[in-house]
Amino acid sequence: MATRTRRVAAAVAALALAAPLAACGSDEGGTPVLNFYNSPVQNMQTVVDRCNAEAAGKYKIVYQVLPRTADDQRVQMVRRLAAEDDSMDILGMDVTWTQEFASADWIREFTGDIKAEVENGTLQPALASAQYEGKLYAAPNNTNVQLLWYRKDLVPTPPRTWDEMIRMSQELKSQGKPYQIMTMGAQYEGLVVLFNSLVASAGGHVVDDAGKKAVMDAGTVQALEVLRNFATAGVTSPSFSNAIEDDVRRAFQDGGGAFQLNWPYVWASMQEDAPDMAAKVGWATYPAIDANTPSRTTIGGSEQAVSAYSKHPDLAFDAIRCLRGPASQKYLAINSGQAPSIEAVYAEPEMAKAYPMRETLLEELKTSAPRPRTPAYQNLSTVVAAELSPLSSVQPQRTADSLRSSIQAAIDSKGVLP
Amino acid sequence: MSVQEKVRIPARRSPRTKAVLSEGKRQERRLGWLLCAPAAIVMVAVTAYPIIYSVWLSLQRYDLKFPDQKEFVGLANYATVLSNGYWWSAFGVTALITVISVTAELVLGMGLALIMHKTVVGRGLVRTSALIPYGIVTVVAAFSWRYAWTPGTGYLANLVTPDGAPLTERAGALAIIVLAEIWKTTPFMALLLMAGLALVPDDLLKAASMDGASWWQRFTKVMLPVMKPAVLVALLFRTLDAFRVFDNIYVLTAGANETSSVSMIAYNNLMKGLNLGIGSTMSVLIFLTVAIIAFIFVKLFGTAAPGSDDGTRR
Repeated sequence: MATRTRRVAAAVAALALAAPLAACGSDEGGTPVLNFYNSPVQNMQTVVDRCNAEAAGKYKIVYQVLPRTADDQRVQMVRRLAAEDDSMDILGMDVTWTQEFASADWIREFTGDIKAEVENGTLQPALASAQYEGKLYAAPNNTNVQLLWYRKDLVPTPPRTWDEMIRMSQELKSQGKPYQIMTMGAQYEGLVVLFNSLVASAGGHVVDDAGKKAVMDAGTVQALEVLRNFATAGVTSPSFSNAIEDDVRRAFQDGGGAFQLNWPYVWASMQEDAPDMAAKVGWATYPAIDANTPSRTTIGGSEQAVSAYSKHPDLAFDAIRCLRGPASQKYLAINSGQAPSIEAVYAEPEMAKAYPMRETLLEELKTSAPRPRTPAYQNLSTVVAAELSPLSSVQPQRTADSLRSSIQAAIDSKGVLP
Repeated sequence: MSVQEKVRIPARRSPRTKAVLSEGKRQERRLGWLLCAPAAIVMVAVTAYPIIYSVWLSLQRYDLKFPDQKEFVGLANYATVLSNGYWWSAFGVTALITVISVTAELVLGMGLALIMHKTVVGRGLVRTSALIPYGIVTVVAAFSWRYAWTPGTGYLANLVTPDGAPLTERAGALAIIVLAEIWKTTPFMALLLMAGLALVPDDLLKAASMDGASWWQRFTKVMLPVMKPAVLVALLFRTLDAFRVFDNIYVLTAGANETSSVSMIAYNNLMKGLNLGIGSTMSVLIFLTVAIIAFIFVKLFGTAAPGSDDGTRR
């Protein structure tokens, strides 16, 4: 009796374990299933449902939600791609993964009609981040650049350069008002984004155009000088060197600072969580290094690609047409705060309310700078974040020299990652 | 005592194996092998194979991003890792965390074990509540520590260092990691030690106190010697565990400000960097270190499972 109960229990357990595996990636009732792996995005399911309705039985897209952080998303995807997992069809990727995925032949090239459709009307910098060796490997979905958010009640005119911003902050500090300049300084991708924006604004290069050789020229040294000054001028928050996006957003929204450099999503959150504060907050383009040279900020965002191991590549390309099409981008821009990569969407009337800063955003997007383009970007980013953390201990020329050799090792995948 | 034993056991065993076995004995032995074969095969499949495979991977240049460049490089990966500053920094951090946290856990765990052992009223309640930290998932606990120590949102940060952010400097972050480790695993230590306390006969303690031994003398001269096997096993388990510390660091600092442990750095190279060669080299080095720790405990201190050698001795 006892053994029978145990055997039944074991069978039930085995079924419970196997059932989700079976459900994942199987084709139910003849309709091909396309597994769409994407980060958790609010209202993405609505987009998927609409695309499924449009497909009218040709295929069924299933939204598989990846972990929350970009690192965890990438780790899961590359692990499965390296194992040639055929249950992933459409991959929702961060723009920095294009080079790596394309060079490893994990994603398919866009050609013909679908390529023309993706290229039509998409912002040039967003499109460039989806290319590898001149070929298109992904379809940009949303795009992203950081803006300067400032307290209109404390700062009448926004600063145009970093030096000016630091001076203003020190002045506010001496007056006993909220003064902090808040941005992401933890040892992770956010720190690399900050560094990259300053390097691009100073006209410097971290790697050469082919992504094969570490450069670290005079522009990068200048960027490091500005960063060191910023970190040691007494204008950052005490938790600066451990702060990620949401820490910064919350601290600013609670009234802790005068300036915030962050992605546009902070605007939507502020409207909801702290409308009184939002009324006092204005936006401007990212501060420059030199007053006469406009800043160039790092472009972020997501894109969609077709896995090389997908069993239904043609259907997957077709589904991407809808998933990142203008209607979907508009819906997500209004309902989830994702900045569209198709320029025409910004002109839609509903966008004025969701994106009052759209002019500034578009202006920055058009001059935005990509992150170093190499298949080993993840290695490079890890090394750069480790060497720059904490920013207050950076010694510009020496740090640049040591970065040059560790970046070269990272590109060649020779060194040890910290 | 251990040295004598180790010498005695083989001496006693050798004539037995040489002796001609009877038919029944031999069959019994064969049955014994058959009975343990499934377990042995499973063990080989799930532990020996991955170990051998990672040793094999550690001898190659193998990056999943550049599969075409895969080649055999001998011990080059070991040279790369062992001459790297990040690795030794992580090794130092891991050793520091291990030594401090295990020492503190032993002292606190012993106190907790004595309390749990002695409690008469509400024994179940006391034992259960003492075990709660061990029952909480490490990542969840680590997140609460992280928030508690973040200025602005955290009560501990506001209370202890109103002006600073302890998680952003090396010493502060390491102290918090060690604290989180101690908080989490002291109950486990206490549980193992309590099993040892149960081995101490009451008569022995009563006799000692009749002879005029103070509480401290009873503790050091009677309880500790009897408990020694249990203490050593608890220390061994915890040391091996502490040396592989990962989750607390992953959540609390993600290795920022040189707080990476060896497991953290191996994960970064293997999972994030996709460098199977370097990552496996690190795994093998961690494995070797853990094996050396276990060897030292077993051979030098004579650790054994509690009660395992009782049968032969008495």
